[in-house]
Amino acid sequence: MGKFLFYRLLQAVFVIIVVTLIVSFTIRLTGDPAVMLSQGSGSVTEADLEMIREALGLNQSFAAQYVQFIQGLVVGDMGRSFVGGAPVMDLISRALPATLWLAFASLAVSIVVSIPLGIKAATSRGTWVDQLIRIVSLVGLSFPNFWLAIMLVLLFSIVLGWLPPSGMSGIASFIMPAATMGIILTATNVRLVRTTMLDTLRSQYIMVARAKGLSNTVVLYKHALRNCAIPLITYFGLQFGGLLGGIVVVERVFNWPGLGSLAFDAVAARDYPVLQGVITVLAMMIIVINLLVDIAYGLVDPRVRKE
Amino acid sequence: MTTVQTRSDTLKRFKNLEFILGVLLVGGITLAVVITHWLFPDSGTQVNLTQRLVPPMTEPGIWLGTDALGRDILGRAILGGEISLKVGVYSALGAVILGIVMGLISGYYGGFVDVFVMRFADVQLALPFILLAITFIAVIGGGLTNMIILLIVSQWVQYARLVRGSVLSLRDQEFILSARAIGVHDIRILFQHLLPNLIGPVIVLMTLNVANNILLESSLTFLGLGVDPTIPSWGGMLAEGRTYLQTAWWLSVFPGLAILLTVLGLNLLGDWLRDILDPTGRTSL
Repeated sequence: MGKFLFYRLLQAVFVIIVVTLIVSFTIRLTGDPAVMLSQGSGSVTEADLEMIREALGLNQSFAAQYVQFIQGLVVGDMGRSFVGGAPVMDLISRALPATLWLAFASLAVSIVVSIPLGIKAATSRGTWVDQLIRIVSLVGLSFPNFWLAIMLVLLFSIVLGWLPPSGMSGIASFIMPAATMGIILTATNVRLVRTTMLDTLRSQYIMVARAKGLSNTVVLYKHALRNCAIPLITYFGLQFGGLLGGIVVVERVFNWPGLGSLAFDAVAARDYPVLQGVITVLAMMIIVINLLVDIAYGLVDPRVRKE
Repeated sequence: MTTVQTRSDTLKRFKNLEFILGVLLVGGITLAVVITHWLFPDSGTQVNLTQRLVPPMTEPGIWLGTDALGRDILGRAILGGEISLKVGVYSALGAVILGIVMGLISGYYGGFVDVFVMRFADVQLALPFILLAITFIAVIGGGLTNMIILLIVSQWVQYARLVRGSVLSLRDQEFILSARAIGVHDIRILFQHLLPNLIGPVIVLMTLNVANNILLESSLTFLGLGVDPTIPSWGGMLAEGRTYLQTAWWLSVFPGLAILLTVLGLNLLGDWLRDILDPTGRTSL
């Protein structure tokens, strides 16, 4: 277990280095922020532009800028925004909770709905109930997330007037963003729960449990579900990246003050440090979640712990 | 016995329904796009300022209404399908070819290519496509070709991993060993002996991938990072429609419905194909 974790940790560090290299390299090709910043301020000479570049550290080589970025990252400093000059760390720590809350709310919705539905589909395999769940989940999988968001706004904000169409203020504003991502995630997860459950129900200890006369609920939710946990946790972990990617898009529809909105504004303004910071933080979160998944293996399954 | 039989009957009937619905949706939409492209190429681009924001079914000949410039929504939505189908199919094809070649080499020979594929997969897992796309498109610009390249770069590794896994389980089997023993060339072993044995799951994954690529393309175009806004596209129409959500719902409903039906058709076909081509369920994630 220790050796395995050490190897996974090394791998995580490698991925972080490659991701930050890719991101900082491409971002620097996106255009000259000095030109963007001086737009609308009358006549700008080349000397002015050079001064801005020097002030922002853009006249240094890429390697020097990257090393600086990594050094800062280690001590939790990601530079300052080109626009407004606020520390990137502050901007991110202000936007991060909004994104995380949304991620966990969607994940919670999808787990709570998909586990009972998936088990129901598995236990009634081949019947019309199973097929109905299957077809509904296929439809759910086919929704473009941003369009689902727009349709929810149309129905619940414009037609019915029940929920606020955008922004983050109070519990009511969470319902539509979380439902959007929750519905799409649920569609995937129902199928996963069904498949893993079907595999588990075929095993002998389930037959033994039934033969002992345990009730159906105990067999399904205690014996079978526990053994489904490992593949399910892996899948949920793997989904986290896609979930964050989806949230970034949906945030745009709901004007949600999270990392996605921060990233889009940064792209428009060529605000390198902010964009670099957002992508680095998101990538690190995904890497950490997948590391946690590996550790969770050991907690859920004693067989892994012993190895 | 009777319950078993009815269950498998339900399953069979459902499978047939799945296939028929999938073919109808995908075939119907493709046919509509092709016919409109040839017979009415300007049906969705003609500006008519006397007929701005006409609601659906209120005037003869305007089934789904018109947008803020008086352009016909139905015609525009059909033409928009052309972009989505092109992006979806071309990028999936590109990714499949690259992924198969890399997967075969990585699984059969191991070594440097194998390390590269697996590490690339790690990195790809940590970078959500949309974020990567935002960064890259801000650099190289949007547009059809760039988007297809981006989708290929970000998705080939899925195929490579799938193929690699199958090669690892196949390469020590007797039919491969005997082919090697009688001196069959490696290229021939890879493409003639291994490939046919692992292509099933790849085709299933590809069908689902076309669907997924259409979703990604429309999100990017919706965000203003995809294809040129002057070309009719589903994502672009939805972006325009958002301004009029309060007053003209039809601008936001129909293009999205077009995406939903196309993607659903592809997903139905993929699901149907899986039972035939991938009985062990390697693509069932």
